[in-house]
Parts: sequence; structure tokens; C-alpha cells
Amino acid sequence: MATLTKALKPILGRQLGNTAKVFGASVNSQRGKPTYSPPPAKYGGRHTVTLIPGDGIGPELLNHVRELFRFSCVPVDFEVVHVDSASTSEDDINNAITAIRRNGVALKGNIETNHTMPSNHKSRNNLLRTSLDLYANVMHCQSLPGVQTRHKNIDIIIIRENTEGEYSSLEHESVSGVVESLKIITRNNSLRIADYAFRLAREKGRRRVTAVHKANIMKLADGLFLQCCKEVASGYPDIEFDSMIVDNTTMQLVSKPHQFDVMVMPNLYGNVVSNVCAGLVGGPGLVPGANYGRDYAVFETATRNTGKSIANRNIANPTAMLLASCLMLDHLKLHDYANMIRGAILTTMNETRLHTIDIGGQGTTSEVVQSIMRIIQSSGPLTTEI
Amino acid sequence: MSIAARSAFFHFSTRLQPWTGLKSTANNLKSPAVCCQRKKSSYTPPPAKYGGRHTVTLIPGDGIGPELLNHVRELFRFCCVPVDFEIVRVDSSASSEDDINNAVTAIKRNGVALKGNIETNHNLPPSHKSKNKLLRTSLDLYANVMHCQSLPGVPTRHKDIDVVIIRENTEGEYSSLEHENVPGVVESLKIITRVNSLRIAEYAFNLAREKGRRKVTAVHKANIMKLGDGLFLQCCKEVAAGYPDITFDNMIVDNTTMQLVSKPQQFDVMVMPNLYGNIVSNVCAGLVGGPGLVPGVNYGKDYAVFETATRNTGKSIANKNIANPTATLLASCLMLDHLKLHAYARMIRKAVLKTLSETQLHTADLGGQGTTSEVLHSIMQEIQRGGPRTTEQI
Repeated sequence: MATLTKALKPILGRQLGNTAKVFGASVNSQRGKPTYSPPPAKYGGRHTVTLIPGDGIGPELLNHVRELFRFSCVPVDFEVVHVDSASTSEDDINNAITAIRRNGVALKGNIETNHTMPSNHKSRNNLLRTSLDLYANVMHCQSLPGVQTRHKNIDIIIIRENTEGEYSSLEHESVSGVVESLKIITRNNSLRIADYAFRLAREKGRRRVTAVHKANIMKLADGLFLQCCKEVASGYPDIEFDSMIVDNTTMQLVSKPHQFDVMVMPNLYGNVVSNVCAGLVGGPGLVPGANYGRDYAVFETATRNTGKSIANRNIANPTAMLLASCLMLDHLKLHDYANMIRGAILTTMNETRLHTIDIGGQGTTSEVVQSIMRIIQSSGPLTTEI
Repeated sequence: MSIAARSAFFHFSTRLQPWTGLKSTANNLKSPAVCCQRKKSSYTPPPAKYGGRHTVTLIPGDGIGPELLNHVRELFRFCCVPVDFEIVRVDSSASSEDDINNAVTAIKRNGVALKGNIETNHNLPPSHKSKNKLLRTSLDLYANVMHCQSLPGVPTRHKDIDVVIIRENTEGEYSSLEHENVPGVVESLKIITRVNSLRIAEYAFNLAREKGRRKVTAVHKANIMKLGDGLFLQCCKEVAAGYPDITFDNMIVDNTTMQLVSKPQQFDVMVMPNLYGNIVSNVCAGLVGGPGLVPGVNYGKDYAVFETATRNTGKSIANKNIANPTATLLASCLMLDHLKLHAYARMIRKAVLKTLSETQLHTADLGGQGTTSEVLHSIMQEIQRGGPRTTEQI
């Protein structure tokens, strides 16, 4: 593989990183998102993407994604890596991490974390995020046409710090019956995520960034986060910056969500706020999420549900996973395919009789996917036979 | 038990003890605590003094607190409620803790308090702790109870919500234990203890049983914070085993908030640690119509403090006569219930709810244009219509 990249170097004429990196596992070095180049296509113009099926509804939905990609002749090959959530050894997840380092991009389903197992058995999803340093979780929450919700026209981008905060998994029981759980906030990571948020806001032409915190209680920790956001904000005078305490934020979200534009926050608040927003636009089956690091990107559903109770019953909503795969195609600069699939999904969403159970209909997953394929076929010639 | 010997102490609970049959240790008798209550159901309110009138500590706080609490006093005087208020001011900008210590002493003396929220300026150094929090931890008000109900007459997106949220009020993420060992790296400690978790779970199940509720849901994040929230969840399960008539289940906090915005009717009683309680109670308050409508109570073993559920200072609407007095008035009704003055509580609550169903009296937060004084006036009119026991002038 190293030799192949070396051979391609003069042909592609792009920055592939220094010599050391060519021998290393990482494919590309990207300083800032605007100048990012996707992993170079190999083997005749086709990208390779790591696919982690996960548990619950993950495998069936990702199968649908693969079917759809094959049908639409998308130049993406999937390298499937299974991760067994029940096994105590970390080999599976390490294999997955190595595969993602190799390919640079991944599409994953949620891996279940059994919380009755001992505490040294860490969350596999968390391990993946921290090992690959996927520091920014971005969720673009938009009201989809055709889906009945109590609030209309929501358009919020939530940027959540993805590696530290309350998810450090650092806990101990010094005195029996008293557990101390550490929440870590560092200046570096806070500056990094704030910078990411403002850059994204600028790129997408957004007017305002709101930092969500609880600095009145956690003065040092969230105080540091807030201060870092303020420092970064001063470098972006064209973008308004304000802050709001997390309890007030959630209350405002359920009454007046239209006041929010871009929101940036530490890990746990991000978890709660993104779930509230997902609930506002129609549920966990509709919103895709992306985890970005400096060198890697992993795409999944925004609310990271395993959906164990609806697994293998053909009733899961494939929209979130399919939209996540469109985000991945955008990331690989395959915009045409992304727009084609996205357009088909939104058209299908307008058909109320195809809605799955979670949005109040009676359609099945396969009906939805079939409909999407039909729409794609009717819009252009570049498909295989149905 | 020699009554004469104990009358030297400033409390009258000893006289009640032979009659109510409450247990208490010798130590407790010597403390300023007024009464010893094992469980809420056998609790006896602080005995009325000075001819049948209760004394309640009043802490005006900041923002809309003072004006709304003035309205409460006006209303109580109008309805001839046998409650006198002992006002203790707390200056939120003073860095000394004398003010809040005075307030704590006053509450220990009276046993019951009604308070507005005291502002915490987060630009001050971290040694300056939140006064509200100091109050809660000094008095060990371990349970924050918020009964979230859809009120008739208030237009909301969700109907028929009836959720009781019980939030651990003293530990968890609110320990204020933070340090910066390495510059640029802050560690914030979240403490969960077995004792407090068992206590709050016990409180939750007790309350559920008393109120005839069917289900208790524990909200946690044990998949990530395995030891911390894992301990909390385990304590809840242990306590649940002793209440077989009540269903117990648990839900992760992110799923809970998502379910709350889509199907809040599935929840009955919820128990959770401090931070999740803060977020979930604010979500529920937003669902039923906003921070101006929901009252909240902080219960300890010996004391009870009543306030609005979402603890807002409302600085931006202070002194403009547009604040919604409903939450504070309903909190004062809860206080009257606590003092066993049920007739007054019912009378005021009925008047408040009747006024709420009049859309032209809705304040700005509910989408109307009414003022606080108009709402109060209407409530007083309602009460006067309902019975004879009021002072003359409206």
C-alpha cells in the first residue's frame, strides 16, 4: 500500500503529507477543513470506506446503504469490520481503528455498551472516538418536509466536543460507597472545538454561535470552556457570539427553537441537546451525524441508537443512515451522487404512506429503500437494473 | 421526659412528642431543628406559635423575586392567611457569606422558607460559591420535587402532561469541587454516594406510593459513567425491590430528553442525579408552558424551602410588572399545604387556576399582554367572590 501511494504521488500531484506519513498508516494530513483533500481514490477511481455494522438496526440499515450504493453505481467500496460488543478483548475495536486509519473515512452503526459488565469494559464507541481523536461531532438538525412535527422550519447546527468532558471514563471509588467521576476540560480542546465551530459557521454563512455551558455551578471547568469560546469569538468579528446556560437552553429549545443558529458545547450537554433537537424534528430515525477529526471522519446516525427492540423487523427508519452516507459522499467530494440520493430520500419523505412507524406511518424499511431506488432510476441513466 | 427541663430550649416539639409518638434521639432535642421526621408521611409541621400563626422565612433574592414575593405577601394579607414572614435579605454581590448564613439560621429556626433565586455572577472568582447551593447543602435539602402538570387555559404543543420529577439536590455534578493541577486542564469532580442515592430513591418511591403513582423511572448515563451513575442505578434497583407494587424502569438521559419532546405522557415519576434533574426539569417546564408556571420544592429531613421550579432570576424583566406570578403563587400554595393549611391553599390555588384560564390576563411569557398586577387583582377578586374571609379593601 505504501508503494502504491508513492506511485500515485507524482500522478495526483497533491499534498500527501511528508515521507514519514507515507509509510505510516494515516493517509492524508489536513490542517484546516477548508483545505482538506479527501483520501485519494485508489484502484481506478474508487474510494474504500470502512464499514462497521454495529448492533441492533445497524447491520440491516448498512446493508441497505450498500445495496443502494451498488444500485446507483457509487464508486465506493466498503471494507466491513465486525466489532463484537459482547467480547471483553479490545482486539475487535482495535482492528476497526486500524482500518479507519487506513481508509480515512468510515460509516458505522452504534455498538452496544452493556452497562452490567464490569467498569473496565469501556464503551467501544467512546474508544473509537478518542483513539482517532474525532474531536468534533456535528449534527445539522433540519425539519424535513413531509414529516409532521410540532415545530416547523428548525435549522440548527450542533457542534459537540467529542473526546473529553464527562466522557473521560475516569472514575474511582476511593471510599467505599462514594464514587468520584472526573470531568476533564482542557484549554487545548476547548480552543480547538470553538475554532472548529466558528470556521464552520463562517463557511456555511451562519450568523451566530451560542456556547452552552453551566459555568454558574462549574466555574472552573465550564468557565474555561466559555472563556476559550470568547477568545476564539474575538477573531471572528463577523459572527455574533453569545452564551446560554444549559437548563435555559433546553427550555428555550422546546418552546422557541428558531432562536438558535449554531451551538457549541462540551460533551454531555451536547449529548442532551442533540437528542432534544432530534426529538423536535421528528425522532432518531431522521438525523445524520458526523464525527470529524483532523485526519479522519466517521459518519453515523446523530443520536447513536442501537435500536435493539426493532432490529431485524424491517420497521426501522433508514433515513438517518442514508443521509449519513450522503454526508460521507459529500466528504469524499462525490457531490453528484450525494445530491442524487439526498433528493430521492427527501422526495420519498413527502409520501406519507411510506413513513415508518417512528414517524407515525406503517411503511417498512424495504418499501422506503425501494421507493428511493425507483426515484433514482427515474431521474437518470446511471443505475444498475432494479 | 421532664417537660420543664426541656422548655429552656427554644422549641415546642417536646410537647407534641408524647401525642404524636415520634421518635427522636436525645441529640436531636438539643439541636435547633424544630421537629424530627423520619418519613414525609409522618411529618408534623413546625408548631404554630404566637396564637396560631406560623412564621416563615422569606428570602427575596434578585431579579423578579422581590416583586413577586411582595405580591405573595399582599395576597396572604388579603386572604387573612395565618402566616407571618420573616424577611432575610441576601446580597448576591457581597463576597462574605454572612448574609446566607443568617438566612440558613433563620430557616433552621422557622423550618419553612419561601425564596426567590439569588443571582450567581460567574465573572466572580471561583471561591465565591453559589448562594442558592450553599443554602441547599447547609440545610441538607436532599430532594427537589417538581410536579409538572399541564395547566388548563395555557396553550401548549403537548397536552395532558403529568410528571413528577425528583432530583437529588446536594451532590452529583454540583459538588463545586474543581481544580487545575496542570495549567489548561481542569478537573471537575462529580460525586455520587451510596447513602445519598439510597436516600433519594427511598424518597421517590415513598412519594410515588403516597400519591398513588404507578411507575418510577430512573434517569442516568451509566453506559458512560459506569461507576458513578452505575451506583445510582443500583441503589434505585435495591430500593425498588422493596416496593413491588410500583413498576421501576430506567432510561438513559439522552433518550429521556428525546422521548420527553415527542411523547411526554409516557412518564410518571422520574428520579435522577443533580445535573440531569436540572436539564429534565427545565425541559418539562418548557413543555407545560414556561418557567413562569411551575413551582418547585426542596425537602430535607427537617426543613422545606419553596421556590419556582426552574430557579430563574429573571433579571431582564425585573420591576417591569410583566413577570408571571403563577409559579411563585403556586409555590406558596405548596407551602401552605406543607403547613397543613389546606383550606387556604385550595382557595388560592383555585383562584390562580381560574385566572390562568382567562386568556386576556396571560402575561408576556404565555403570549398575552397582561401585567402582573392585573393577574393579582383578578386572583383577589376570585377569592373574594369565593368566600367571606378576606380583608376589606382589594
